[in-house]
Amino acid sequence: MSSLALGTAEPAAGTTPGTAQRPPLRRRIALIPTATLLLGAIYTLLPVAWVVIASTKSGHELFSTFTFLPGTGFTGNIKDLNAYRDGIYWQWMANSALYAGLGALLSTAVSAFSGYALATYRFRGSETLFNVLLAGVLMPPVILAIPQYLLMAKANLTDSYLSVLLPQILSPYGVYLSRIYTAAAVPADVVEAGRMDGASEWRIFTRIALPMMIPGMVTVFLFQFVAVWNNFLLPYIMLSDDERFPLTLGLYTLLEQGSNTPALYTLVITGAFLAVLPLILLFLVIQRFWSLDLLSGAVKS
Amino acid sequence: MPHTKRRRLVTSAVAVALGATALTACGSGDDSKAESGPVSLTYWTWTPGMDKVVDLWNKGPGKKDKITVTVKKQASGDTLVTKILTAHKAKKAPDLVQAEYQALPTLVSNDALADISKEVGDSKSKFADGVWQQTTLGTDAVYAVPQDIGPMMFYYREDLFKKYGLKVPTTWEQFAETARALKKKAPDKALTTFSANDSGLFAGLAQQAGAKWWTTSGDKWKVAINDAATQKVAKFWGGLVKEGVIDNQPMYQPAWNKALNTGKEIAWVSAVWAPGTLTTAAPDTKGKWAMAPLPQWSLDQDVTGSWGGSSTAVTTDSPHQAAAAKFAAWLNTDGDALNALAKEGGIYPASTSAQLSGAFSNPPAYFSNQPDFYTKAADIAKTTAPSAWGPNVNVAYATFNDAFGAAAKSKSDFGAALDKMQDATVADMKKQGFGVSQ
Repeated sequence: MSSLALGTAEPAAGTTPGTAQRPPLRRRIALIPTATLLLGAIYTLLPVAWVVIASTKSGHELFSTFTFLPGTGFTGNIKDLNAYRDGIYWQWMANSALYAGLGALLSTAVSAFSGYALATYRFRGSETLFNVLLAGVLMPPVILAIPQYLLMAKANLTDSYLSVLLPQILSPYGVYLSRIYTAAAVPADVVEAGRMDGASEWRIFTRIALPMMIPGMVTVFLFQFVAVWNNFLLPYIMLSDDERFPLTLGLYTLLEQGSNTPALYTLVITGAFLAVLPLILLFLVIQRFWSLDLLSGAVKS
Repeated sequence: MPHTKRRRLVTSAVAVALGATALTACGSGDDSKAESGPVSLTYWTWTPGMDKVVDLWNKGPGKKDKITVTVKKQASGDTLVTKILTAHKAKKAPDLVQAEYQALPTLVSNDALADISKEVGDSKSKFADGVWQQTTLGTDAVYAVPQDIGPMMFYYREDLFKKYGLKVPTTWEQFAETARALKKKAPDKALTTFSANDSGLFAGLAQQAGAKWWTTSGDKWKVAINDAATQKVAKFWGGLVKEGVIDNQPMYQPAWNKALNTGKEIAWVSAVWAPGTLTTAAPDTKGKWAMAPLPQWSLDQDVTGSWGGSSTAVTTDSPHQAAAAKFAAWLNTDGDALNALAKEGGIYPASTSAQLSGAFSNPPAYFSNQPDFYTKAADIAKTTAPSAWGPNVNVAYATFNDAFGAAAKSKSDFGAALDKMQDATVADMKKQGFGVSQ
């Protein structure tokens, strides 16, 4: 699901500038990159198309009709998904929205604070701190899941919403990105000017720096949201009550029902399709914030 | 870069330290004093509809004994074993867990399962010896109560067998002949496939041939994955694949479903739960299949292997082990409970008396053409060969998937793949600190 979700959005964001700056005289050269991009787009979109089409097939049609021929079972699949354990799927969807929405928001806030602090203040050890964070960026969060579980167990927080939310709040990559972005978008002169005018540090941050940082923060939010939405191992280790499961885990339990019961393929496929929709929607809605990039953060020197 | 290394070192040190503290905290969980007052237990299981079965307990015998059980539904498979062990490291494992038979040695060697022989010892008579023995691991202790079993059987398309004039094979020799005969009559069809993506099938076939992969002598383990019996099985299937008379595509893939549904493959070596799988894999062929005992290695034999099946175990982390054991025994021996389990969860019970009762008086809907399906199944279940699991079945299985997957694809020597499985398993056991005799 993860690659699908990212895949659909990224080519869209990437291809736009490419086609816009096409020089009319050098059409032949642009052919190769265009073809490459098209190929990439097909490569990433084909699985999405499969999910979309497969979700319209009933159990009978799923493996017996042509792969890319739409079926007739879409409403039936939704109904079945709705009926499965009294609609627990929607509970999973709400959980995912909570983990990803609140988690990404908190994580973006932490990233904004720390990124701004690292970029604008010079203090002893700030470079070391940043380097440690950089190292954190390189470390896959997967290997932290078990130590984090043991820590949560000590605090008696396992199998709770907090156990999934807390570890996701600090994102080394988010802090790294905010620092880089702040350094580029918030000129030291502007901060200095604010101080000259007698504004407090808090006021400078919230009224002057933050608006300039918005496009970067939107990026951090999106990255975090997608990461949490698609996260599997951390909630898998932390949670045992399926009322608190996010979508990833819930769909997994539908697949692995033991040898006596066949996997509920149609439900999983329909569930996966519905699970991608909020991500696509989010990207479409938030994308416009990126265009701010060119307008904000300009300073006359 | 050096920072990465350092950070990694620090975290792994933290992890090790945590692990150590968790370990030292172990070994003091001996709460066998009498229970009083209400007890509430949590139960990790993947069986669908288990919450409804547990409701029967909570409203019936559980209410009387003031023992309430809460179901927390999980995904099945090896990952659940890892999850239980992780939780156990933090002393937070649930009171009750569902565990496949081959996972029991892993859980026991990690000290995660409690010995409940005192509480459930009387239940022994309700199960076939070969099944019960899997929960004792050959000791005086009892680590789980058997729940469901998967005796292996031979499934075939009755109509197509008739059409091509094939007889249901009773020996593996005949099985090979049948495969060849079909290939000659209908080159685009195959009798069945050798799939390398479910090691449980191969383990069951080896078990039928008399293999004992893990045994103990004294305080040492003996690993015999490449023993003569298993080699015979590997050579047999490898030969058929090489000859091209059976398919080599993996099971449970869309292509495999299609092959079954369209009659490109006309038989399947499977277990008692096959009707459920066939219902989704080959919906158009409902009522055209029949079930027969597994072919034998020699005519005077009557044994089958098992593929799948699970048990209910009590963890050492549970503060109410006696109460949990009481529930485990009820769940898997009480008539009402087993009936509900069959109806809600679709399981085939390990308890011999339940195999012919209530829910199993009629054949599964997919096999309505075979009214004696479950009578036959119960007879076959009695012939299940004993199995011998070890503490790292997961490693053996993973190696099987890799080595046999490659061998089946390239139609090369299965014997070499078997040796690879043996070596990887022994090496892993040594690494884990088990004594292994050669």
